[in-house]
Amino acid sequence: MKQFSAEQLNQVQAIIARYPEGKQKSALIPLLHLAQETFGGWLDTETMDYIAALLTIKPIEVYEVASFYSMFHMKPVGKHVFEVCQTGPCMLNGSDEIIAYIKEKLGIEAGQTTADGLFTLKPVECLGACGYAPMMQLGKHYKEFLTKEKVDQIIEELRTASKH
Amino acid sequence: MSEQIKVTIDNITVAVAPGTTILQAARQIGGEVTPPAMCYYSKLEGSGGKCRTCLVEVSKGSEKDPRPMPKLVASCRTPVSDGMEVKNITSPKVLDARAGIVEMLLINHPLDCPVCDQAGECHLQDLSYEHGASSTRYEFDRRTFEKEDIGPYIQLHMNRCILCYRCVYTADQLTGKREHGVLDRGDHAAISTCIGKALDNDFIGNVIDVCPVGALTDKTFRFKNRVWFTKPVDAHRDCPTCSGKTRLWMRGDEVYRVTARKDKWGEVEEWICNTCRFDKKQASDWKIEGPSKIDRHSVIAQGHYEGVLKPQNFLPEVIGRNPKLLMNIHDVSGVNKNDIELSKLNGPAHSSDFDKK
Amino acid sequence: MSKKILLEHAHIEGIRFYETYRKNGGYRSVEKALKMSPDDIVEEVKKSGLRGRGGAGFPTGMKWSFLAKPEGVPRHLVCNADESEPGTFKDRYLMEFLPHLLIEGLIVSSFALGSNATYIYIRGEYAWIPDILEQAIAEAKANGWLGKNILGTGFDCEIYVQRGAGAYICGEETALIESLEGKRGNPRIKPPFPAIQGLWMRPTVVNNVETLAAVVPIINMGGDEYAKIGVGKSTGTKLLSVCGNVNKPGVYEIDMTISVEEFIYSDAYCGGIPNRKKLKACIPGGSSVPILPANLLLKTAKGENRMMNYESLADGGFATGSMMGSGGFIVLDETQCIVRHTMSLARFYNHESCGQCSPCREGTGWMYKILKNIEYGHGKMSDIDLLWDVQRKIEGNTICPLGDAAAWPVAAAIRHFRDEFEWHINNPVEAQTRNYGLAHYADPIHVPTV
Repeated sequence: MKQFSAEQLNQVQAIIARYPEGKQKSALIPLLHLAQETFGGWLDTETMDYIAALLTIKPIEVYEVASFYSMFHMKPVGKHVFEVCQTGPCMLNGSDEIIAYIKEKLGIEAGQTTADGLFTLKPVECLGACGYAPMMQLGKHYKEFLTKEKVDQIIEELRTASKH
Repeated sequence: MSEQIKVTIDNITVAVAPGTTILQAARQIGGEVTPPAMCYYSKLEGSGGKCRTCLVEVSKGSEKDPRPMPKLVASCRTPVSDGMEVKNITSPKVLDARAGIVEMLLINHPLDCPVCDQAGECHLQDLSYEHGASSTRYEFDRRTFEKEDIGPYIQLHMNRCILCYRCVYTADQLTGKREHGVLDRGDHAAISTCIGKALDNDFIGNVIDVCPVGALTDKTFRFKNRVWFTKPVDAHRDCPTCSGKTRLWMRGDEVYRVTARKDKWGEVEEWICNTCRFDKKQASDWKIEGPSKIDRHSVIAQGHYEGVLKPQNFLPEVIGRNPKLLMNIHDVSGVNKNDIELSKLNGPAHSSDFDKK
Repeated sequence: MSKKILLEHAHIEGIRFYETYRKNGGYRSVEKALKMSPDDIVEEVKKSGLRGRGGAGFPTGMKWSFLAKPEGVPRHLVCNADESEPGTFKDRYLMEFLPHLLIEGLIVSSFALGSNATYIYIRGEYAWIPDILEQAIAEAKANGWLGKNILGTGFDCEIYVQRGAGAYICGEETALIESLEGKRGNPRIKPPFPAIQGLWMRPTVVNNVETLAAVVPIINMGGDEYAKIGVGKSTGTKLLSVCGNVNKPGVYEIDMTISVEEFIYSDAYCGGIPNRKKLKACIPGGSSVPILPANLLLKTAKGENRMMNYESLADGGFATGSMMGSGGFIVLDETQCIVRHTMSLARFYNHESCGQCSPCREGTGWMYKILKNIEYGHGKMSDIDLLWDVQRKIEGNTICPLGDAAAWPVAAAIRHFRDEFEWHINNPVEAQTRNYGLAHYADPIHVPTV
């Protein structure tokens, strides 16, 4: 069964303490972030039911929220998700070419994961880095001013890191 | 009746209690000046505001602040103020916007009325008939959803759903243990349990009655009959769970379907339990009170026989005079003379009946 | 001209940390404000003429004065850091480089509004910024600017950072509140407004990051002094985030007295357009506001120079003007395709619609599909009028402004670039290989003689 560590449970209590009594549901989105990071990068039913139990809310309330926000993955994803921005300002600076290049390089379509389970490509909408376009989100951070060479380099580094 | 405030809707003034919404005030007047409502449900707290079919123009905010409201407002969620003036059918802007909303509601609707059990009592059908266009400008594939089985009693057809959220509020407020909700977002938002669960609460069957379209229908009635072939009668039984006051939809002695009784706005009067709705399908289970009063101008009334209320004619009041007739049919036709009451004739009418005078 | 108030110390090394920030005059406004009465602070903000920097430009002081104060009911201040409007990344810059400025503004504003628990709702994708903010909060707390009995005044205040999880709609204040309550980001139906019933049904004020940061200089220099900066009703300084085809994209602070032309071509700001290409069009205030062709961008219909302020950018209404919006300045050079760009924005709004109300849920997808057809050579001439009609039926008829935000870019593109749409439809094959180009969009404007 899925379970947060003791340290994480303390963190959960600290998050709930930010809100008035009885308003613990407000902790839902922070907890889903924590759960997604902890349990394999996506949210399965078991995980969401666990969060519902932690917050004493109905499971459907968790499903509704998790499926609304685009950062929560309701299906398994690769170890690294390339979330490449494709909205207007990034498009003006060549995001379409970057997406096409990643597709070609990894041999996957948008929304797919490579056979080795390392990479998922997910074109997304504006990430608020329009001045540093084209860009993508990789985990917690942004990779900005992308070029084909930069993409090569990122992929190479991640591949090397995964071997160790 | 102290503390009543006055609001004028389409030139008809009505006094209402403070806090009343424009839609409720209009319902007090009744007839065509009442905006249609696809998502609002007076018995469900928090409902309304979403479908936008009840948009009206507020041409005067109130006596104190007569400025008009800049945008059309959802009449179901906007409270009236004293001296407010509202335009519904007298506002071309409202009718134009409403036609737009109907079009939006229909572009992805499957229009599978011929095989839909809701046909005949569907509010979207009524709405399209009154405000819609005869053809569509939408040339793309219609959106479809994967089928989800939500148990032996309720059939979910997500393709038909207009996302009014009524069933969500119903489950929240009647069962206290909601197991379905709205998942995903935008044009992919869908009613679902997420985990393919069977809904089994004692009162969950009411979601069928609140659904304005054929998205939630009665599985025990599925494909059994068209509603306009069945005759509604009011009936009751001693039920340990609910009031037991229901409406039976019968053909001959056979009970095809059991629903709650609905008022003239199509809203449930008293919620009923699943046992009454799904399990009591024998005429002998019920004490029949008599034919139901049907006054919605839907097709159900057409096959009906008694107690159909004629709609009131508000036109003279709304436009402030009697409508001008382009031509009086009686001036040019010998048929339908004013002074002949056809229903009083013995047997079928003959030409000789009109020649008498 | 360039006037730095918010970004005055942005270049100083270590300004992200408390010691350096304090040494450079940080937290003076808290010392001053906590000796004032809350009502006097609201009065100063009113006097300053500060307008909401999130996009709508509503006077902040007035918004604050609407806050209900029922006895015994806690009130909340919520900082809207859900910056998601395409073209806008100024709040990110502020929070990343000057976190203490925001915290300082939040303390003063919380005191003015009586909020003992203040929340920063930041978009989920800015995943590294909550750490920066939380560190700043911890430093402020350790130095007595936050927590219990601040500066011995008896005022208690805590600031919490909450991350969203990817939803543009949560930038709408009631959707933000819903999200903060742990729900789907569905905007609420108003009334009631947040000032009466907001977070947990308590009176709430929601303000943008830049707005709250601007409270600091307002208190420091006084509302009247602040109002002297800028012009007319565009007081103070405004942060602009520049992107698209410019030499120097980034965040700039201006005092709203410079012209658009200077802003684009001066080396102090955007530094012109790369490779000496010509200016074709520009969206001056974030993707939702109307796009303008070069000629109407630089000059108003009256033939006057267009200035970088609320009034001048809006001059001529939507027929020939645009809006200041959130300050997301998107520049398109002569090689860009308006149809493709509009399609990309339509896809954005379709993706970000919450799906609650029918015109937006259905209409945004419809517009995107029509635009996709035109872009990929399957358009018909009647599609342009259809598109116009669809956007018209969304605008003004939705629960929240996302409907308008989706409709305006499409409307403006058709209004000013209709011939480019027609060219796309008439030359479906050619349009796949080349763009329409600059055409006449930079030609001198015809000034009608009245």
